[in-house]
Amino acid sequence: PLLRELIRTIRTARTQAEEREMIQKECAAIRSSFREEDNTYRCRNVAKLLYMHMLGYPAHFGQLECLKLIASQKFTDKRIGYLGAMLLLDERQDVHLLMTNCIKNDLNHSTQYVQGLALCTLGCMGSSEMCRDLAGEVEKLLKTSNSYLRKKAALCAVHVIRKVPELMEMFLPATKNLLSEKNHGVLHTSVVLLTEMCERSPDMLSHFRKLVPQLVRILKNLIMSGYSPEHDVSGISDPFLQVRILRLLRILGRSDDDSSEAMNDILAQVATNTETSKNVGNAILYETVLTIMDIKSESGLRVLAINILGRFLLNNDKNIRYVALTSLLKTVQTDHNAVQRHRSTIVDCLKDLDVSIKRRAMELSFALVNGNNIRGMMKELLYFLDSCDPEFKADCASGVFLAFTLKTIWLCPLCHFSFLQAGSYVRDDSVPNLIQLITNSVEMHAYTVQRLYKALLDDISQQPLVQVASWCIGEYGDLLVSGQCEEEEPIQVTEDEVLDVLEGLLVSNLSTPVTRGYSLTAIMKLSTRFSSVNRIKKVVSIYGSSIDVELQQRAVERIMKISLIDVALPLPGGPAPAPAPSVPTSQPTFLLDGISSQPLFNDIAAAGENLFDSLCLLSFLFQVNGANIFEWFILFYSTGIPPMTAYNKNGLKIDFTFERANPNPNIAVITIHASNSTEADMTDFVFQAAVPKTFQLQLLSPSSNVVPALNQGTVTQVIRVLNPQKQQLRMRVKLTYTHKGSAFQDLSEVNNFPPQSWQ
Amino acid sequence: MFRWSHLVIYICVQMQFMLLFSRQGKLRLQKWYVPLCDKEKKKITRELLQTVLARKPKMCSFLEWRDLKVVYKRYASLYFCCAIENQDNELITLEIIHRYVELLDKYFGSVCELDIIFNFEKAYFILDEFLLGGEAQETSKKNVLKAIEQADLLQEIVLETVSQIY
Repeated sequence: PLLRELIRTIRTARTQAEEREMIQKECAAIRSSFREEDNTYRCRNVAKLLYMHMLGYPAHFGQLECLKLIASQKFTDKRIGYLGAMLLLDERQDVHLLMTNCIKNDLNHSTQYVQGLALCTLGCMGSSEMCRDLAGEVEKLLKTSNSYLRKKAALCAVHVIRKVPELMEMFLPATKNLLSEKNHGVLHTSVVLLTEMCERSPDMLSHFRKLVPQLVRILKNLIMSGYSPEHDVSGISDPFLQVRILRLLRILGRSDDDSSEAMNDILAQVATNTETSKNVGNAILYETVLTIMDIKSESGLRVLAINILGRFLLNNDKNIRYVALTSLLKTVQTDHNAVQRHRSTIVDCLKDLDVSIKRRAMELSFALVNGNNIRGMMKELLYFLDSCDPEFKADCASGVFLAFTLKTIWLCPLCHFSFLQAGSYVRDDSVPNLIQLITNSVEMHAYTVQRLYKALLDDISQQPLVQVASWCIGEYGDLLVSGQCEEEEPIQVTEDEVLDVLEGLLVSNLSTPVTRGYSLTAIMKLSTRFSSVNRIKKVVSIYGSSIDVELQQRAVERIMKISLIDVALPLPGGPAPAPAPSVPTSQPTFLLDGISSQPLFNDIAAAGENLFDSLCLLSFLFQVNGANIFEWFILFYSTGIPPMTAYNKNGLKIDFTFERANPNPNIAVITIHASNSTEADMTDFVFQAAVPKTFQLQLLSPSSNVVPALNQGTVTQVIRVLNPQKQQLRMRVKLTYTHKGSAFQDLSEVNNFPPQSWQ
Repeated sequence: MFRWSHLVIYICVQMQFMLLFSRQGKLRLQKWYVPLCDKEKKKITRELLQTVLARKPKMCSFLEWRDLKVVYKRYASLYFCCAIENQDNELITLEIIHRYVELLDKYFGSVCELDIIFNFEKAYFILDEFLLGGEAQETSKKNVLKAIEQADLLQEIVLETVSQIY
């Protein structure tokens, strides 16, 4: 039957079984036809096979037939043959290499449409070997005056370069006059080619910077020229080309003042003149904003860009709001104040029905939290956490923690307690966990006890908080009265005042028996730290003989146990935790007690709630040992690949966390986290990586190139490593940065990758 | 031995694949611009179809899926779905999808799903004249359609001595 007849027949099948039967019958017929080497019907049969393949049926026996069709002289055969090759063959099979010769011949065919087929196929699915063999042909076609072929050759060259980066150089001569072309197709693909080359090689980038004026001119013509029916989309002339030019300008202008200046005017022009009523105009504006934010633009231009994003946020079109949030997330670090102006709109987006918009609004909200807005933001974020989907909870909890520890602690002394009004979230077993963390952070003891003491002065109703506060005062009361706090103004408090507070807890009817136990123990401990021993003795004797002896006993025992538990939080790369004094215990001390070591997403969702409890209490704390524990923790539990420290020298620490990239299991996604414990910022920070030849590496944009001092933030950057041969991952890293006016550079080997990251 | 990643910052912006499928979840076209084995393609297709079909009408056209961004739009009974990399411009991808639909519409004359079902190979040919390796090779509608027209003609000429295949 003819192809369309077959399709019609198959569609009449009423059940899956019926369909399968028809398909099997047809396949059998096709197979025998193939065996008979029938040239006449081969094309039709392969076409039928392709249809059946799309329905999900196996079609591998047609692979060789595709090759025969490609080798045929009939255009119809070639058309179907190449289509079949692109659908049925992939570069993992050796069979595809048999195409190489055919493609080579067809690249030199007398008919441009045949050449086109060959270029298209090579540009879509050419393997590295094929690309190596045929690069020369592609290069030749890149120089042809036939614009139909030239445009295809340019994109084919892009593919060749992606597959075999070393071959990039050979295309350089052919790029000479590409931008002088009038044909938009050639222009567009040329810009794509130039973009690829500039992104892959700093030398190419410097070489092509001279094209900036020409690109600016082309863009200007597109904007200023009148209606051009051939390229018009809703009143805009060739938006595709405009967007690609803007992107190339971005790459050329980035980190180059002169180039950035040269494009300043055109960017302003595009930003102000582009029609915004349809998606196409907004697409161009969006690209313009991305470019402005990435190059060294003057502040007026940046403000213009952020205002565009602000308008986007108010657009009725969800898609526009989505990209606005995405972009604002990228710029919030560098243009914080400008983005703050749009905070209320962003917070409104937390209530959006769309999951993607919600997520972005959430991330952006975290980034916008500061000392001034924390109470309001807190309310919104807690409400969001309460009502959000399970998939969000762990991220949200983690984000809330990070936002508060990173921002508030250093910025706002008293603002965290509205957070604790969410008392219902907090469970009792969070207390020992928190106490452990506090113990661990030796250098923060004075600060912590002061903060907690102040908290008690404010409010003694939140039992877990009161318990932790009591415990701290018991441990570090001496630091409190001696005013040792460095991070904020030390308060003046006497031993008697401290004891007043603790005794107040004992008598308050807000205090539970457990809390009373904590405060009593704290008072007892202070007998070794304070000088007013007599007062303490009196208190203890009164309450020590309270009817609630059993509860007291339990509370006291518990506290003693806490002090003896070995702190065993996973802090790879951090300094070793303080060793336990004597009694070892097998009690797990991870924050999420009872979470199995098998990472499952369900655990994370369940853990989210438990985690949040701990996070609530921890909100008034800080980064412990300069590490974002919870970020690591969640990542660790979601991938099972432990994080690692890749570099730690001169105050610069670089940690790696891992994820698996989908859909390709051969790609490991590594996020680097760079932190700086010195007292001066590290600016112009650049991270470079090299891997052995069998790997391929991609580095995405870093979050910033300033690593703030005193662990006040991290720079993150994503690396994707393609490791098809599953070899042991090794990496060399090169770090450059400026510190206290001097330039630093260091080279280092990273060999301690966990096996799960490359196996 | 070691090959330095010369890139300090690399914006990876390739379209990874484009899928067309009906509201019942039937695949009508699949164009892959990255090398994946059949099994992987099937898995991706199955999962992504489920995800997109579960989307409510008021949601935006973009979703994060695995480590990609998926841009999708429904035209009558067909979903057009593109997977792009994270740094790409989603809004222009919507325009790419729209352009492809316009090309199909012009070629088939008020295109509907049935046209794509019965003439799937033509849908591929048109796509391959518009995009190459995931990038637009021609930004003029007229030129794409002209090329297809000429290629179709070429088919006819060569076939003058052979009986109608289709």
